[in-house]
Amino acid sequence: MGDKDSILAFKALGVDVFSVIDKAEARKVVDRIAANGYGIIFITEQIASLIPETIERYNDKIIPSIILIPSNQGTLNIGMERINKNVEKAVGTNIL
Amino acid sequence: MAKLNVKPTRMELSKLRKRLDIAIRGHKLLKDKQDELMRRFIELVKKNKALREEVEKELHESFKEFLLASATMSPEILEQAVSYPKESISVDIKIQNVMSVNVPQMNFIRKLEGDEGSIYPYGFAQTSSELDDAITKLYRTMSKLLELAEVEKATQLMADEIEKTRRRVNALEYRTIPDLEETIRFIRMKLDESERSTITRLMKVKDIIQQ
Repeated sequence: MGDKDSILAFKALGVDVFSVIDKAEARKVVDRIAANGYGIIFITEQIASLIPETIERYNDKIIPSIILIPSNQGTLNIGMERINKNVEKAVGTNIL
Repeated sequence: MAKLNVKPTRMELSKLRKRLDIAIRGHKLLKDKQDELMRRFIELVKKNKALREEVEKELHESFKEFLLASATMSPEILEQAVSYPKESISVDIKIQNVMSVNVPQMNFIRKLEGDEGSIYPYGFAQTSSELDDAITKLYRTMSKLLELAEVEKATQLMADEIEKTRRRVNALEYRTIPDLEETIRFIRMKLDESERSTITRLMKVKDIIQQ
């Protein structure tokens, strides 16, 4: 999921792509494809930063896993931050 | 520490002792679980971080190529070129239990796996070579990306579980066990005290009878 330019390339690899532009649409699409039984959702950080609550909701579910990827405008480091947050949550301090 | 609100009787004492036994055993087990979870988590999270760094770098590169490709080709042709992919990836998710955490184990089924043919779903006449590069790079990144999906989800679920376990361990260690110990001590004191008072009373009675 993401803006059209970032995700078009994935289409050539046989991944189902959903292009979204704004917040409301993104939220709807995440919920819809999660309900449709997709196992992995790759979502660009740009879109993900608009809908943190929606993504949070799927954090403790086993399926689907929502993975943030950088878009063609570069990375916002949200993906890395999520890893660090997990470490902090588990260990108490950031050991990485 | 606060002592529990119970009556100082022998019944309560033996009940509390049993509870203390169980609490100590539970604490030990949970502590072991926490240690093991932590060990695995750290292993996994290091892998996760390395993978993510790699994936982000590679993705960045292929996006750059793709951007170039889209600059040199008309959007219609570009879209047409990628519209009918040869490759198809589906995922088969099994749930694996790692230290009582349910972690998805993903099994990827790629249609082109082992296929020697070209991965490009288009002819070369109307497309630019940048597109080929972009797709090739992306294709190579894809397996890492899929692995990342699995690892990242696992670390996420494990982080939650570790937090939960830690709270339980701490609750037992700093709350339940000290409380029980203090209450047991209190009941024992009370019982001893009443025993002593019974003895002195008996002695006194005996004295009176002898006189």
